[in-house]
Amino acid sequence: AENELLWGTSCTQLLVFVATPGCDGFPSLDSKESYKLAVSEGSLLLSADAVWGALRGLETFSQLVGRDENGTYYINETEIVDFPRFPHRGLLLDTSRHYLPLRAILETLDVMAYNKFNVFHWHIVDDPSFPYESSTFPELSKQGAFHAVTHVYTASDVRTVIEYARLRGIRVIAEFDTPGHTLSWGPGAPGLLTPCYLGKDPSGTYGPINPILNSTYQFVSSLFSEVSTVFPDFFLHLGGDEVDFTCWKSNPRIRAFMKEMGFGEDYKKLESFYIQRLLEIISSLRKGYIVWQEVFDNGVKVRPDTIIHVWKENSPPYMEEMASVTKAGYQALLSAPWYLNRISYGQDWMAAYQVEPLKFEGVPEQKERVMGGEACMWGEYVDVTNLAPRLW
Amino acid sequence: SRRAMGRAMGLAGLLVGLFLVPTLLVSTSFRHGAPRSEPEPDLADWVPASGAVPEDSLWPLPQWLRVSQRQLQLAPGRFQMVYGAGSSAEPPCALLQDAFRRYYEYIFGQPRRRQRGPRPLGARAEPELSQLQVVIESEYSGCHSYPHLASSEAYHLTVSEPVAILKADEVWGALRGLETFSQLVHEDDYGSFLVNESEIDDFPRFAHRGILLDTSRHYLPLKSILTNLDAMAFNKFNVLHWHIVDDQSFPYQSIYFPELSDKGAYSYNHIYTPADVQLVIEYARLRGIRVIPEFDTPGHTQSWGKGQKDLLTPCYSGEHPTGSFGPVNPILNTTYDFMTKFFKEISSVFPDAYIHLGGDEVNFSCWKSNPEVKEFMKKQGFGIDYAKLESYYIQKILDIISSYNKGYMVWQEVFDNKAQLKPDTVVQVWMANNYAHELSRVTGAGFTAILAAPWYLDYISYGQDWKKYYSVEPLNFPGSEKQKKLLIGGEACLWGEFVDATNLTPRLWPRASAVGERLWSSRNVTNLQDAYERLVNHRCRML
Repeated sequence: AENELLWGTSCTQLLVFVATPGCDGFPSLDSKESYKLAVSEGSLLLSADAVWGALRGLETFSQLVGRDENGTYYINETEIVDFPRFPHRGLLLDTSRHYLPLRAILETLDVMAYNKFNVFHWHIVDDPSFPYESSTFPELSKQGAFHAVTHVYTASDVRTVIEYARLRGIRVIAEFDTPGHTLSWGPGAPGLLTPCYLGKDPSGTYGPINPILNSTYQFVSSLFSEVSTVFPDFFLHLGGDEVDFTCWKSNPRIRAFMKEMGFGEDYKKLESFYIQRLLEIISSLRKGYIVWQEVFDNGVKVRPDTIIHVWKENSPPYMEEMASVTKAGYQALLSAPWYLNRISYGQDWMAAYQVEPLKFEGVPEQKERVMGGEACMWGEYVDVTNLAPRLW
Repeated sequence: SRRAMGRAMGLAGLLVGLFLVPTLLVSTSFRHGAPRSEPEPDLADWVPASGAVPEDSLWPLPQWLRVSQRQLQLAPGRFQMVYGAGSSAEPPCALLQDAFRRYYEYIFGQPRRRQRGPRPLGARAEPELSQLQVVIESEYSGCHSYPHLASSEAYHLTVSEPVAILKADEVWGALRGLETFSQLVHEDDYGSFLVNESEIDDFPRFAHRGILLDTSRHYLPLKSILTNLDAMAFNKFNVLHWHIVDDQSFPYQSIYFPELSDKGAYSYNHIYTPADVQLVIEYARLRGIRVIPEFDTPGHTQSWGKGQKDLLTPCYSGEHPTGSFGPVNPILNTTYDFMTKFFKEISSVFPDAYIHLGGDEVNFSCWKSNPEVKEFMKKQGFGIDYAKLESYYIQKILDIISSYNKGYMVWQEVFDNKAQLKPDTVVQVWMANNYAHELSRVTGAGFTAILAAPWYLDYISYGQDWKKYYSVEPLNFPGSEKQKKLLIGGEACLWGEFVDATNLTPRLWPRASAVGERLWSSRNVTNLQDAYERLVNHRCRML
């Protein structure tokens, strides 16, 4: 008959060949994820430079196996040569706006592996809650989590996520966003946040981290020292976005400091002052860092190997921002067109698919500085009841 | 969860809220450009009261309520729901028995080992509420019948020491009252079950409060439908509008015409057997929910043609059939023979007094291309007005349905295209453009109407869109008092193009809850802030 499948010998083995040994390490930005898959009569061969490529190849192999109407498993003769276009392909989950139980995170890591994502950007704390259980500062989650027992990530939980991810070739990049987005840090770290003033008196409310106190930098240093040990990836995401200056402006001591430092009325300089000291701390911990675009936009002096994370869609238009960031010599990550929390009716996957990350004015060297991008699932309206169908 | 509701509004929750509130009030919002994260929701105004406020989790809000500070305790081991003296419903009223068990579990959770014996030291001093007595006042309780449009859902609930009394005309009101009672019971920090002394007088503003589910664009497994019926009961919805078949698939397994689903369903695993259908109907009945099936014709019928040869109109290109088909063929006798037999089955399978006949979005191009249809148009003197042909078809179907003593619901096009409708036809207004004027026209012509247009919940968008649904005022259309009375309710529709069992529940709820309150509660219950607080608690409870 015409369309009959040509059955070859049955296959009993997939041979996996990895050139560089090293099963026990963590994936990194430089990890090789390329692989070759050769399926022919009597031979199934998956070869890769590193284990990470083998993982990618296994996923592809699993996608090739079919089942006919008799239930027989089969695979077509195939030849595949594959490698990722971009080395940083990430997904952001927000566990502060709504707590996500461990199983939701692990399930997400599984689906990330199906889709060859290799970075889990864990936006772990923010204004609404602080679920990260710190060993150095246990009060942070005790006072800052939605519930100190049921809505926290213990050290063991964090280790579980990191290992589960590693086994799937996924890096875990934690984000401890400062100096803004830190309201939940306040209750467990008195004196950390800036007290806002109403005229001459404190209003009782708080703003971003207080950048003028030495205690702030001691605290930050200790916390990030812990975070650097807990999270093995070379990079930490330091945030640095959306710092609201109103509280700083209202505080007389801060105003005095501004005068002392000769910053005038430019609070961006104060923000930069903080960020720069933070970056020095992180560097001394031998970590690299990723920051949101404001840090670049506000002229903060950052190390040349800083990665700038572009998230604003319109001001400026993100392709222009990609051009400026890469022109200034920095590496860039793109998220602006991929805010998946912004749902809309119909097949909106197409709009995401049609984004071309390199479609900006620039020379080839600039284009090479684009490391990749991240799809973001901010948690304002997302929890375990709707995460999976919203994301995938 | 239903059980954790107490926690959501218990002292523990308030303590958490107490220190969170100062942090929330100075949120770093007010961004430039596309926000990376959204400004805090209006919840910033949420001021924790000195004690849990029980009304803070009633949904929908009852017509009239009075709550006192005095609290009563419930002991899970001893508390009973019983038939009160003078109740026309008495054991065994299966519907109430089932409800008693269901609500007991909602209130107290799964049965657990509990210590019996004398009260330990330090236990609460509140008096005990030992019983909820349910009294059905009307002679015909409705225990063994199906709910219908004129069913009474009113109830009167008095919660005071030592027994609470729930009075209703019919069992349907008792079901609504049980739901409300379960919303009043809360847990304190120590796990004690408490309820405030209160009195509630309640009834729905609109009699038809529906949810439309579409099982043709995507098959919905039985479990999904039943879970949804539970959620509907939590929100006092009382109609399941089951849009069961359409172009894409025909999952309804017909007894007379098994080929319809054999050939028209997505697969043999994607059908509703007669047993499945009966299960849905009974599950719904036990929750006071009517099941109105929709067999939409003459458009939206592609899947019917697979199992019923010659039912659909063959389309032509010039003089030759193209091989594709259009709406139901209105010119053949066989069509009406089929419909007569088919709707005979539907009329007996579905006990509700109404069947929804569809009649929307009929595309005339196929009819226009078919020479026999053109010939028929000429013979009938319809000229080139195909709306007349559509009406001709619809009228014959309406007559068929009437002969089975059923009433019918139709989409607005049937009215717009001037078919001759029986006076008790219900017209469903769905087109968003100018729907208020459509309501005027429909009710002005003397027909009852239900509103769906502003409540197409399949149209998702970012943020708190429940507010938009909540803010609809159905009677905001030009018309006399008499006309306004003809608007009997509305429906939240979840069309299935992008919906299946993997995302149905989070997409539909709690957004549909906004519609539920709009259709049940009084017209002046419009405060979004208050609604937010109650909805937040209600949602956690539903989980």
